[in-house]
Amino acid sequence: MLTAILVATAALVVLGPIGVARGRAAANLVHFGSIAATSVVLGHAVWFLFDGTPTTLTLPFGLPWLAAHFRIDALSAWFLSVISLVGLTAAIYGFGYIRHVDEPGRVLPFFPLFLAAMNLVLIADDAFTFLLSWECMSLASWFLVVANHRQPDNARAALVYLVMAVIGTSCLLLAFGIMAGFEGAYSFADMRAAPVTGRLGGLAVALVVIGAGSKAGLVPLHAWLPLAHPAAPSHISALMSGVMTKVAIYGLVRVMFDLAGDLGWGWGAVLLVLGGASAVLGILYALMQNDLKVLLAYSTVENVGIIVIGLGLALVFKANGLVGLAALAQVAALLHVLNHALFKSLLFFGSGCVLSATGERDMERLGGLIHRMPRTAFLFLVGSAAISALPPFNGFASEWLTFQAILNAPVLPQWVLKFGVPVVGALLALAAALAAACFVRAFGITFLGRPRSDAAAQAAEVEPAMWGAMAVLAACCLVLGVLPTAAIVPLNAVVRDLLGSPFPALSSGVAVHDFLFLAPLEPGRSSYSGLLVLAVVALVTWVVARCAHRLASPQVRRGPPWDCGFPDPQPATQYTASSFAQPIRRVYGTLIFRARERVDMPEPGDSRPARFAVHLIDPAWEAFYAPIERGVAAATARANVLQFLTIRRYLSPVFAALIALLCIVVLAK
Amino acid sequence: MTGAIVAIVLQLAQLGLVLVLAPAATGLVRLVKARLLGRRGPPLVQPYRDLAKLLRKEAVMADNASWVYRVTPYIVFALLWLAAALVPTFTTRLPFSPAADLIALVALLGSARFLQALAGMDVGTSFGGIGSSREMMIATLAEPAVLMVIFTISLFIHSTSIPSIAEFVLGSEVGIRVSFLLALISLTMVAIAETGRIPIDNPATHLELTMVHEAMVLEYSGRHLALIEAAGMLRLLFYLSLIAGIFVPWGLAESGAGPAIAIGVAAYVAKTVGGSILLGVFEVSIAKMRVFRVAEFLGGALLLGLLGAIFLYVSTGT
Repeated sequence: MLTAILVATAALVVLGPIGVARGRAAANLVHFGSIAATSVVLGHAVWFLFDGTPTTLTLPFGLPWLAAHFRIDALSAWFLSVISLVGLTAAIYGFGYIRHVDEPGRVLPFFPLFLAAMNLVLIADDAFTFLLSWECMSLASWFLVVANHRQPDNARAALVYLVMAVIGTSCLLLAFGIMAGFEGAYSFADMRAAPVTGRLGGLAVALVVIGAGSKAGLVPLHAWLPLAHPAAPSHISALMSGVMTKVAIYGLVRVMFDLAGDLGWGWGAVLLVLGGASAVLGILYALMQNDLKVLLAYSTVENVGIIVIGLGLALVFKANGLVGLAALAQVAALLHVLNHALFKSLLFFGSGCVLSATGERDMERLGGLIHRMPRTAFLFLVGSAAISALPPFNGFASEWLTFQAILNAPVLPQWVLKFGVPVVGALLALAAALAAACFVRAFGITFLGRPRSDAAAQAAEVEPAMWGAMAVLAACCLVLGVLPTAAIVPLNAVVRDLLGSPFPALSSGVAVHDFLFLAPLEPGRSSYSGLLVLAVVALVTWVVARCAHRLASPQVRRGPPWDCGFPDPQPATQYTASSFAQPIRRVYGTLIFRARERVDMPEPGDSRPARFAVHLIDPAWEAFYAPIERGVAAATARANVLQFLTIRRYLSPVFAALIALLCIVVLAK
Repeated sequence: MTGAIVAIVLQLAQLGLVLVLAPAATGLVRLVKARLLGRRGPPLVQPYRDLAKLLRKEAVMADNASWVYRVTPYIVFALLWLAAALVPTFTTRLPFSPAADLIALVALLGSARFLQALAGMDVGTSFGGIGSSREMMIATLAEPAVLMVIFTISLFIHSTSIPSIAEFVLGSEVGIRVSFLLALISLTMVAIAETGRIPIDNPATHLELTMVHEAMVLEYSGRHLALIEAAGMLRLLFYLSLIAGIFVPWGLAESGAGPAIAIGVAAYVAKTVGGSILLGVFEVSIAKMRVFRVAEFLGGALLLGLLGAIFLYVSTGT
């Protein structure tokens, strides 16, 4: 299995250079090749989850004294399946979308490379391979972010992304350096056998939280994400938001549950705080955005927060010896990893359809697209319902499981957690409600109402490849919503590996009842059945509709809208994206974002237009990013001197470095 | 086998009961309010007549209304009907109850709200938008408070399934607990907000700028409006039954025996009447508040829920 996955990954690497060639054939080859390779990986990863034993493979690459180690276990297989499923649909979507990209030569080579790098991160079994693949993943995605480099915003986004990626990787580098210890045991097997404990171990975990957390978009390290993710072409945005953040989550899980040994509950509390903050702030910020893709990127911050809350709970329960509850929380988190990958990619694909049909990302210039793009609209609606955690879709199943884990917080012995976890639960409920508001707004303004610009009024439905890829994801969202157990059964292998305990409800095998009802702890306590809910609601809806048409009046008359007697033909009188967000901005934003509204109303008789501006401040940007950005700018300005040295002066730093290294070697001996 | 048949019959009976009772509850609230204001008020059957009248009329839709607008009334009605039918009203033996626990029930109402807010935006008018936007804002304030109430209850009872909660309260000497009282107040405040009653929203208003729910459904007419109205009535009954089922479950039949069922139905009708009268009295004794004061109202509900959990920790000492 591991060999097959490696071969498929190698094939993806080979496909990269082919993408440089111009013409339709090269593009088709890249996409067909990616579809084939991701299908192979997906098939093998799923197969492994049901029936596989961890396998390792050593290849003679990399550092001279350290060959490249690869290993597949249940955790990597789970993330591999998530990534290849989304990668597969992205490749299908790419068939149609690439025609709308200005310079396909800037996208095609890096698409398969990006997928390959992510696969390699997941199967890497030593620090060197892991970091190398991680860096390749960052670089490939960076090239995709600058694919559309002529827009000045994108250039800035790319710079911020590069700086943050470098900082993140250096944190991971240091962390792995600490975990490898002085003997230089860089393979994960060695780290697992002898985890570093004490302050040094704590430092390593903290560095991993910073390094992987910044990649995943945890508050307060999130500010690069809403700049970089939307800048890429839409199917790449889907991969970055839906999948690359999951690779970062994988890094977090791999270290905190596997390599770092048994961590104390304090680390769980740290994750809970970070997750709760990310969930609420991410979605609040998403609500304030008018750009559809930026909105989706901020909502990724929220969902990463939900996942991290689950992981924090798992860590807290595990540290207190409650492995059954830990398994419940971890299943919730890892299920949300899959769910978020599905619906976020679906929504990014949808935003790509809107972008290619209208050329607009600004919701204030869209509207009424449901009439002209019915398929896209329907599929986007499914994604919106799923991400808003509405039953019977998949987002609800994982959030429900997270809530069930939260409700068990009273059994924890620590008082901080007894009080803290319910507060995190309230934050999670707040985030879920805000997400619903956010996606009512996103779908309502973009697809419903009347068109706000000519481009929106003249849009046309997109190619079948594009909505077809979305349909696959939408179907997955519904199936996993009504039958979440289908994903929990393979996940069981993961939690058994990591925590030594199965998902509580599946500890004595899987029965039909487990597929019908999601009842994580003992039956009769708390249960949910998406299938029953869907079936009954569908049946009742059908019966009511039939009865209403048969017994009451079936007639429908079309007329102008009522609008309290004053319908205005101007589409500008509709509610806009900004006006929809206004109540929420006023209730929550004034405190958190120091939101200020400025209304410039001309005097009566004055003919200049009235103006309205909203000013928001991201506290994380001010506190963390602005200083880093300024520091990097100052440092590069200084370092610029180095470009104009004579050869003599160039040699002197090289010589100095050599001397310094020799000194270190002597001192170390 | 007979047990299963009895259970299914009871479930179907409950589906019928809530549908029949929902307009009466709304009618009773209106009647009580009218009497307290010195008017005669409409008879109890008026809501039924209104629904029948609306159902018979043709539906008028705006030219640019999409399928979202058309399917919303049916789905919203089905969701609310299902939600109301899953709460134990006269018996705890409902075979469909495991399909949705307390959290899932709240989420089902969320699904209905989501669709209704979208339908409000479908035609592209300013009133529809104002209603949807405010409805979603109120929901964001209400949901954390609901979760705190659920946490308090589950902290004590270790379950979020409503029949188990009701049976627990029935079977044990719970006594009067401060936490339960706080949770009750908190849940009532949330229910008032979610059902769009005074002081949050005024179901009788037709002054545009104060409308929330009414603005959202402003464009609906005919059978569509009838279903939306019926769904609103079911929502009110859902919260009445939920509060009754959790905090005053006495009278609920725990078996499928005839006399127990009869007592259960009688007790449920009595509880609904009591709840409706209380709501009517409450509504006439308070003024509607400005939209942005809702945050303080529901923030208070959240704090009460939190206090309930803290008191329970302190009093049980666990």
